[in-house]
Amino acid sequence: MSGRGGQGWRARLVRLPPLLWLSAFFLVPFAITLKISLSDAATAMPPYLPVLDWHGSLEGWSSFLEALDFENYAVLWFDSLYREAALSSLAYAGTASAVLALLGTPLAYALARAPARAQALLVALVVVPFWTSFLVRVYAWIAILKPEGLLNAALLRLGVVGQPLEILNTPAAVLIGLVYAYLPFMVLPLYAVMSRLDPALREAAADLGAGPVRVFLTVTLPLAAPGIAAGALLCFIPMVGEFVIPDLLGGSDTLMLGRVLWSEFFSNRDWPLASAVAVLLLLIVIGPVVLFRDAGERGEGER
Amino acid sequence: MSGSQVPAGSGVPLLRLEGVTKRFGAGAAVDGVDLALAENEVFCLLGPSGCGKSTLLRMIAGFERPDAGTIRLGGADITADPPHRRPVNMMFQSYALFPHMSVAGNVAYGLSSLGRAARAARVETLLRLVRLEGYGARRPDTLSGGQRQRVALARALAREPRLLLLDEPLTALDRALREETQSELRALQRRLGTSFVVVTHDPEEAMRLADRVGVMAGGRIVQVGATAELYENPASRYVAGLLGDVNLIPGTLGPAEPGPSRAVETAFGALRARAPAPALEPGAAVVVALRPERVELGAHGLAATVTERIFLGDRIARTLRMGDGTTLRASGPATGAAEHPVGAEIRLGFAAEVAAILPA
Repeated sequence: MSGRGGQGWRARLVRLPPLLWLSAFFLVPFAITLKISLSDAATAMPPYLPVLDWHGSLEGWSSFLEALDFENYAVLWFDSLYREAALSSLAYAGTASAVLALLGTPLAYALARAPARAQALLVALVVVPFWTSFLVRVYAWIAILKPEGLLNAALLRLGVVGQPLEILNTPAAVLIGLVYAYLPFMVLPLYAVMSRLDPALREAAADLGAGPVRVFLTVTLPLAAPGIAAGALLCFIPMVGEFVIPDLLGGSDTLMLGRVLWSEFFSNRDWPLASAVAVLLLLIVIGPVVLFRDAGERGEGER
Repeated sequence: MSGSQVPAGSGVPLLRLEGVTKRFGAGAAVDGVDLALAENEVFCLLGPSGCGKSTLLRMIAGFERPDAGTIRLGGADITADPPHRRPVNMMFQSYALFPHMSVAGNVAYGLSSLGRAARAARVETLLRLVRLEGYGARRPDTLSGGQRQRVALARALAREPRLLLLDEPLTALDRALREETQSELRALQRRLGTSFVVVTHDPEEAMRLADRVGVMAGGRIVQVGATAELYENPASRYVAGLLGDVNLIPGTLGPAEPGPSRAVETAFGALRARAPAPALEPGAAVVVALRPERVELGAHGLAATVTERIFLGDRIARTLRMGDGTTLRASGPATGAAEHPVGAEIRLGFAAEVAAILPA
């Protein structure tokens, strides 16, 4: 009995580091953000009120709590700017996720079907862009997409278009940037799933009279679906809050929560409202995670 | 080669392989295989892993393209046809059941050309055939190994293939289930009249299932024949050793002589065995292949001492030491068990026609 008790104690100890990590870098910062989002903006240092006076009495605590309110959330709800930014962020991230799934699935399939020796090289090529700074790569897209940029030069030279296309500073540029930046995060998990699929399943399908297209649609795709969903989610979550890509590639009127958050924080110095936007962003992102987990559990249960 | 001949009484062979070769890297996995298979025949490719039998099967199914040679089915050249255009189906060693489909979905997969009602009826028939009525809605991973094997069989039979390929069909089953399934599989084959090509590394499985066996080694078919023929008349010591227990006695081939038997000089005396192929020159190093159950213990013949006697229920296995120290294995009926105990000085002999002379 004492042995088992010791083991339970040890098992709990093993769980401690991730719990500490989660507390220090997620729960505590989130609590602080949540608290700031309930405060009021002020011309002060730090730029919000109330600030808890640790040396105050119980009375100090109660007045501190009384000063907190949901005013900022009311602003988010009633000011259409924030609603539109949230919806627009969801639309960008959703569209980009769909494009990523459409592009990433055949790409990952091709990777998984490539000769074994070529696979290591091809996977390395998918990862190579990470060797360059993310910011530099997004800036490079400005050089490609601008009216006198590489893409337009090529299109004009080939005679595909007579006039340079306006791509930079449009939603299309934001989508291109999102898809470009997140493609590896789609391809790699999907490749992992697809390369684990038993090749005998594809052979069995072909043996039973299915041509390559039917084999892909009825065997490979359904079996890779959880991987596609995981990859899309892995991209969707950070894309909702993406700031750099819409800021550099989108026009000044590009509405995304990341940009709104940034401007509230740095331009308006309204920390409480910025914090409320951050909390809203978290809630938006948690939704699909919970949905996905439930779907995963249902899928497990069916088996 | 006589082995590539179709058994007498049949017309165009169902399957004919000519010079089929497949190279992986420097070596040939399958090296110039010729083979002909009749309608309604069960043919076993037998050999250890790496002998090329699975590669040969995969070329018949269309998963591998031969580097040389032709594959004909019912006279038509199918060498270049992709797997989904071949009237041949395969049962995979791992069964390869689609995990995201029900049992009925798996069996129906190859029936997409049928209408909904006809498909459902056919699935019903097939599930009854493999005694899985009522299992249609189950998922493969809720079934036992034997049930999964039967789903795989039903799925492979769904399109009424002219030729069914079975890759180690029973290896994944435990022993008791294996023997039962072997009989069932054979009964099913007789009922349907479909030709089978079975790949196996298990000689007993080959003997239980096959009309004819092709023994493979190093990418070649080294001997083809009925199992009894391979057992009694192996062409090499490799084939002799693959099928059942055998004494391989080294010796020197005696001078040419007329008649059905030849003399072989061994370390413990002269033996007579069935005359070998004329290719063997007098004085050549040979082995005499002698099955333990062919060794007769009696009053005449070579002197030996019994060094071990094991009662095995239906028979008694003895180890005999010859004059020069060579040991031979003998097995005989369990009746008269008290005879020839350990230490007994005995004499042994065998009929010349039951022992084969093979190249050493």
